[in-house]
Amino acid sequence: MNIIKGNAWTYGANIDTDALSPIGSYQGMGNLAAGAVHCMRDIDPNFSKSVKEGDVFVATDNLGIGSSRETAPLFLKTLGIRAVVAKSFARIFYRNCFNIGLPALVCPDAADIKMGDQLHVDASSGEIVNETQGTTYRCQPVPDHLMGIVDAGGLMPFLEKKLAKSA
Amino acid sequence: MAQTLAEKIIAKAAGADSVSPGEIVTCKVDLAMIHDSAGPRQAGLKLDELGVPIWDLDKLVMITDHYINDDDPGHQEIQTHAHEWVRAHGIKNFINEQGICHIVLAESGHVKPGMFIVGGDSHSVTGGAFGTFMVGIGATEMTGVMATGEIWVRVPETVKIDVTGTLKPGVAAKDVILKLCGDHGIMGFNYQALEYSGTAVSAMSVEERMTLANMAAELGAKAGYCVPDEKTKAALEKWGSKGVEIDPWQSDADAAFAKTVTVDGAALSPQVAAPSSPENAAPVGDHAGTKLDQAYLGACTGAKLDDLHMAAEVLKGRKVQSGFKFMVSPSSLSMQEAARADGTLSIIEDAGGVILPMGCSGCIGIGPSRLEENAVGISSTNRNFVGRAGPKSSKLFLASPYTVAASAIKGAIADPREFL
Repeated sequence: MNIIKGNAWTYGANIDTDALSPIGSYQGMGNLAAGAVHCMRDIDPNFSKSVKEGDVFVATDNLGIGSSRETAPLFLKTLGIRAVVAKSFARIFYRNCFNIGLPALVCPDAADIKMGDQLHVDASSGEIVNETQGTTYRCQPVPDHLMGIVDAGGLMPFLEKKLAKSA
Repeated sequence: MAQTLAEKIIAKAAGADSVSPGEIVTCKVDLAMIHDSAGPRQAGLKLDELGVPIWDLDKLVMITDHYINDDDPGHQEIQTHAHEWVRAHGIKNFINEQGICHIVLAESGHVKPGMFIVGGDSHSVTGGAFGTFMVGIGATEMTGVMATGEIWVRVPETVKIDVTGTLKPGVAAKDVILKLCGDHGIMGFNYQALEYSGTAVSAMSVEERMTLANMAAELGAKAGYCVPDEKTKAALEKWGSKGVEIDPWQSDADAAFAKTVTVDGAALSPQVAAPSSPENAAPVGDHAGTKLDQAYLGACTGAKLDDLHMAAEVLKGRKVQSGFKFMVSPSSLSMQEAARADGTLSIIEDAGGVILPMGCSGCIGIGPSRLEENAVGISSTNRNFVGRAGPKSSKLFLASPYTVAASAIKGAIADPREFL
């Protein structure tokens, strides 16, 4: 897949699903654009207003702890975030990211990335170039069995292809 | 090859003789559970986009529990769609407004030890109390399961949690799990499977074991389970499960556990998790006297029949602090009816508690038990993250039903042992 180029939005440890997708933000049958406005409001009210297409969400440990609610990564994607980078992930959030077509990279050096750093993220190779700091980070490679989902752009397009083949 | 119960269940679901930690396998799902929040309106709509039928209608259970019992137009829209979707897809196992899915699934007669089960909710791990391997998944992943009946799994390491000795009066499963959260952190067992064992777990009722399994999610675990025994079999058979076997679903004596973690059950005191994470757990004495605005007994974690009995034991013949909000939302309708029939709810009401309709509401900041601005509450639920049960300015402590009831009496955090 293509290199993702954007600015980093960096946060700390234990960013939970109530922070990413606050209770009540996905009303009725659900409106992603209306809900995404509330993403991270209790931690950084500026985030949803200022994030741009192509930006990268960076956190340290345990990103996405809590609920299985898929709106947590979906709100990030809706706001323009194109890759999620963290030192470690909560397992359901990690799977949800790939399933909705948002690459999630495990990066031991995530804490070195600063707010606003310009990043070039290559999800396929797991390499992140920090243009601002002039450094390169090696992320853990995306497991082979997930690369098919990454390449397809998420589980839905992956399933469409798979089901078409088996039909 | 010697296997833990987690490995045995995954191997069976993967059609393999054995599996090893770290291995990626594709499992056939024995049972899938969806609810009104992530089910029809999310996973269901995506399934409709794919335009394929549900892989096996006998293996899907749909339960309404999140947005029920209120007149919010958005919630009613969700229910209307859920009912239409259930009809359109000919869902055979539809359980409407009978209680919280993690409890109701067990009560539905579909669960058996040895099953590989997925649920569209992070607390789906509760099913592990019955010797199943049950994991929580997101909505798109559930779409994949509904379409194919399969899911990929990275075989987890299994950690043995040995709860030794006998729990003292006033100490419950909730205190065991909060102690584990405090000692190991909210991601202490990330990606791992937990096998709860030891004399204290053997002595527990299946409902208490559900509390342990439920909050495996608050330890980062993929699953948390208890090996099945005669109590498991009796409970499941009472709820209508057929063909329950316990002997094949035990860990082998020489199975490889990643490690064993011991909780000294006899020495354990009631625990309270301070705002805003379950990992902020400490003995109740550390917070005793902290002023509270309300107390809530609810959720899949903390308002089962046993939980209601614990609260009643503390409340019997006593009154909650005058003007103090004490609300109780039983975990399921059948448990609510049982607690009504045996006088438990009367004890709670006589003490000044208010019985709310059952459902998930209070745990997720919906309805009358939602914390107000700057309010401080204590609850028997499983999570106290900022914004979970009320606005950012509110604060929530987590504790056992005993401790929640004792705190309601005092209007401040209190050690239940002085009331027992």
